[in-house]
Amino acid sequence: MYAFDYHRPATLKEALSLVAKQEDAKIVAGGHTLIPTMKQRLAAPGHLIDLGRIPDLVGIERTPRAVTIGAMTTHGAVAESADVKEAIPALSELAALIGDPAVRHRGTIGGSVANNDPSADYPAACLALGATIITSKRRIPAEEYFRGLFETALEDGEIVTGVSFPIPHKAAYEKFRNPASRYALVGVFVAKRPSDIRVAVTGAGSNGVFRWAEAEEALAKRFSAKSLDGLKAPADDLIGDLHADAEYRAHLIGVMARRAVQAATER
Amino acid sequence: MSSVSLTVNGKAVTAEIEPRTLLVQFLREHLRLTGTHVGCDTSQCGACVVHLDGEAVKACTVLAVQADGRQVTTIEGLAAGGDLHPMQAAFREHHGLQCGYCTPGMIMTAVDLVRRKGHALDETTIRHELEGNLCRCTGYHNIVKAIAAGATAMGQAPARQAAE
Amino acid sequence: MTASGIGAPVRRKEDQRFITGKGRYVDDFNRPGQAHAYFLRSPHAHATIRSIDAAAARAMPGVLGVFTGEDLAADKVGNLICGWMIHSKDGSPMKAGPHPALAQGKVRYVGDHVAVVVAESLAKARDAAEAITVEYDLLPAVVETAKAQGAATAVHEVAPDNVVFNWHLGDKGAVDSAFARAKHVTTLDLVNNRLVPNPIEPRAAIGEYDEAEEQFTLYTTSQNPHVARLVLSAFIGIAPENKLRVVAPDVGGGFGSKIFIYAEETVCVWAAKKVGRPVKWTSDRTEAFLADAHGRDHVTHAEMALDENGRILGLRVHTVANLGAYLSTFASSVPTYLYAPLLSGQYNIPAIYCEVDGVYTNTAPVDAYRGAGRPEATFVIERLVEVAARQTGQDPARFRRRNYIKSFPHQTPVIMNYDVGDYGASLDKALEAADYKHFPKRRRESARRGKLRGIGFSSYIEACGIAPSQAVGALGAGVGLWESAEVRVNPTGSIEVLTGSHSHGQGHETTFAQLVADRLGVPIESVNIVHGDTDKVQFGMGTYGSRSGAVGMSAIAKALDKVIAKGRKVAAYALEAGEGDIEFKDGRFSVAGTDRSLAFGEVALQAYIAHKFTGAELEPGLKEGAFYDPTNFTFPAGMHICELEVDPDTGHVTIERFTAVDDFGTIINPMIVEGQVHGGIAQGVGQALFEGAVYDAEGQLVTASFMDYRMPRAADLPSFEVGMTVTPCPSNPLGIKGCGEAGAIAAPAAVMNALTDALGHENIAMPATPLAVWRAAQRARQPQPIAAE
Repeated sequence: MYAFDYHRPATLKEALSLVAKQEDAKIVAGGHTLIPTMKQRLAAPGHLIDLGRIPDLVGIERTPRAVTIGAMTTHGAVAESADVKEAIPALSELAALIGDPAVRHRGTIGGSVANNDPSADYPAACLALGATIITSKRRIPAEEYFRGLFETALEDGEIVTGVSFPIPHKAAYEKFRNPASRYALVGVFVAKRPSDIRVAVTGAGSNGVFRWAEAEEALAKRFSAKSLDGLKAPADDLIGDLHADAEYRAHLIGVMARRAVQAATER
Repeated sequence: MSSVSLTVNGKAVTAEIEPRTLLVQFLREHLRLTGTHVGCDTSQCGACVVHLDGEAVKACTVLAVQADGRQVTTIEGLAAGGDLHPMQAAFREHHGLQCGYCTPGMIMTAVDLVRRKGHALDETTIRHELEGNLCRCTGYHNIVKAIAAGATAMGQAPARQAAE
Repeated sequence: MTASGIGAPVRRKEDQRFITGKGRYVDDFNRPGQAHAYFLRSPHAHATIRSIDAAAARAMPGVLGVFTGEDLAADKVGNLICGWMIHSKDGSPMKAGPHPALAQGKVRYVGDHVAVVVAESLAKARDAAEAITVEYDLLPAVVETAKAQGAATAVHEVAPDNVVFNWHLGDKGAVDSAFARAKHVTTLDLVNNRLVPNPIEPRAAIGEYDEAEEQFTLYTTSQNPHVARLVLSAFIGIAPENKLRVVAPDVGGGFGSKIFIYAEETVCVWAAKKVGRPVKWTSDRTEAFLADAHGRDHVTHAEMALDENGRILGLRVHTVANLGAYLSTFASSVPTYLYAPLLSGQYNIPAIYCEVDGVYTNTAPVDAYRGAGRPEATFVIERLVEVAARQTGQDPARFRRRNYIKSFPHQTPVIMNYDVGDYGASLDKALEAADYKHFPKRRRESARRGKLRGIGFSSYIEACGIAPSQAVGALGAGVGLWESAEVRVNPTGSIEVLTGSHSHGQGHETTFAQLVADRLGVPIESVNIVHGDTDKVQFGMGTYGSRSGAVGMSAIAKALDKVIAKGRKVAAYALEAGEGDIEFKDGRFSVAGTDRSLAFGEVALQAYIAHKFTGAELEPGLKEGAFYDPTNFTFPAGMHICELEVDPDTGHVTIERFTAVDDFGTIINPMIVEGQVHGGIAQGVGQALFEGAVYDAEGQLVTASFMDYRMPRAADLPSFEVGMTVTPCPSNPLGIKGCGEAGAIAAPAAVMNALTDALGHENIAMPATPLAVWRAAQRARQPQPIAAE
């Protein structure tokens, strides 16, 4: 790791002013992507701004129509939250599939959506549930927020403060793990929302998380795993690597989508 | 340099350190608590697991400055006095270790698992919960047995648990 | 059997320090004034070095020295060596290219050592390494095992066609004639995938130089510290043997990868004198992936000839073995004498011929990894046998039984003389434990859920306890493979046993003490096992090849016999009886037919106070040493059965049951032996389903971290069914055969036989990743029940 200066603001306001002041600053949330990257000397921020002691950024709030999760809430807290389990059990299950128990004690939802790793789990939930990413400046619909590999709508100096998930009628997440890293090789989040049905895919797209339109149309006719029989995701824009080529990923998207619909209908 | 003050195994510690010091480096190199090990660079092997405010974390992926003001428990601080913690005793009784290198992380993970999931742990749960800990010696067989027995024993020894 | 003697599941003495965080591994040591080394490694697989400019690095704060291959050459530091000479079939010696500890003019794999920076801290050393400018002229990389021979580029000048040796074993004529009269021939093309050993403790070294004494000390993660000292002294020339102390304290797993003498420890001990400070290096995991010796990496064409009754007539094998960019310490022996002599398996095969081409590539050196040659041989023979049974419509268990060797000793056509065994007994017990009878029912039940279930066998044999020194000398070994022991009895009757074996997870502090407690009738607590320090233990050959029980303990047993013999003499004087009348039993020396006796500890005291005999009659003291040289290899063998289920939709494989029945001869501590089996199975399952080192066409290691190299995890494995049969080994005093490698040797074939059984065809290679299994499952037949034996 290269040397850096460390800052630990007590408030969001203080954090924002630090970010504005330091040109080569990086924000650290749970640190479970950034710290390994810095250890490999692939990131070299001059200043590290730690959001870990800002109480306002932690917590889960449930209203009749939405669950809002503070950016610094850990995956472990989301997985264990009684409110999340009751309102959106698929979201709690997704959180419990991230990393491992020790990672879940540090990793945060804000860090995950700010980083937008193409193999991360939360982006699929955000997109499928029609979540709103809440930042220090504004509220951004998930469709507009995720912009490609590690790219988001966040502007310089803008900090994610929370994510608000509308409560769906039914939802489920199915993940096929990369056998080595445990990230999603393919993860499919299916949500039956009051207004529509959404199928979001992570781990597979060359441009990050995406919605699978054909599956959504088929499920709109009838929300059943059978509706997806014979339907295959297009392999054109999928990632191919050591663990899975594009064809296999395309196939797995279909399998995971069917399993997710099955799980959602069984709730 | 940054100043950190934290509690490690019940003792207050203050030090001036470079901000880039990892918690595991701080424990091993500054405090000479070498029971916490490093086995990888990618937060996957779990040899470095310690408890931060009672929760299992990978000390190779936490900066020491992030632990400022907090409580850290390492394998050296798990037992109360001269006695073994029931989980430590279970690892010995069930031959849950061979070379011993992954063992501190395994034991710290196991104690955290019991905190979260209780004393009656089935094999499937234990195996699933060990997804962040690698062992190359035991094939996990006896680690799983040790954790199940250790979890039960922790339930029968409430006084010990409180010691942590 | 007593509570702590031979055969008792004694809880381990060493565990107290490990479970409390008090273990002492090399990286836990910090020497006064210690500096840190960082190795600048080659980013290229193959290149000539045009220039190295380290001026800026040398000027950086905290930097104590920057050294390159030129500095080593100037100090006449010798090259790293390969200690086993193999001759090609034309009689020419293997072509060993130079292997400097720091590159001299050329780099040959990604991770090769270009320079070392020694600085006040690791961070400063690493910062300085980034300031070194190296100009490379890139050369094409030779990467693929099968394509190395005759590639356009040569890795070493001495081997223009990249062939290190072209070796063979067996009678080609006899095999040709067996195939000529065969009724059926089974042919397979097999890849034995390249593995990275990955002990969880990475390698580490601290070199230290005491100017006043002109004495070097090396703390190192070694399985064999004396061999490290011998090589560093006699071949690399760091220091005379009597001026170099090598300490291998607690070592966090080895699996072969810590046998070898590597560049890093060589450089640390040399640099300690250069900078006048102790120099520490600890590998990170990425370095371990790049530069620890890898294992396996064979490409094999194998054929088996059968007669009309399903009896094996002959075996013909051609293997290309990738040895990497340099010959590591024992690299040449692994795909030759540790491989081909095991190709007879447990079977009566009249004719065997095996050719092996060892090749250089621009990849990390390949050497022994748990099993070393024997897993590769087992995979060849056990895949062939299984497929031959399938092709001829026979039950694979019955087919094996028909071909088993049933009378002993048995001379195979490939060197080995099997001393004892009962392969049918292990098969029977394993079939029962695996509930083979009801497998068809379980397969049908899986099919109902849309899953493919398969069962696979592996009747493995291994040659352990390596080995008779004369025999291995005749085969090219540069050293003898005996073991030494010294038993020091103190005046109070407590005992230190100094052993040349090294424990890095095997539990020697317990099992060796059990032997002593058993033989001398003393409490196990009074016995201390000392190992891993060349200043304490006179000499030893270390731990590998499942040898510590069969060879290391035999040496202790021999020394204990001498202690008892001396004790008898002392007791005779002390009890005023004739030596011939002294009996030793249950820890007491007594005069036969009387009630006069002395406890072992009382005799020890008498030996030291020497009040009852003169120096002319008997030397005072009670300390005996022994060197034990085995008279044969030992032959652990057994039957492993894997049952698994494939999800054809995803390619996910679930190991449903894994049964192992092994014959390890006499067992000292069943708890520890079973633990060894468990760990071996996990590594074998890992090889079959998960693990594989992958280089791309440019020679970059794609799987250079746990993010891409798939290690076995707890949830990948079931609890194992482990059982034993016992035919004691006749060639050593304890009847021990060895148990450390069995699982890693047997499991890959068992898993792949089960997987191909589930899939209904043979077209899948290791590692059978979800991607590979999914592809293979596209072509799978509908599962059909097979007939149980």
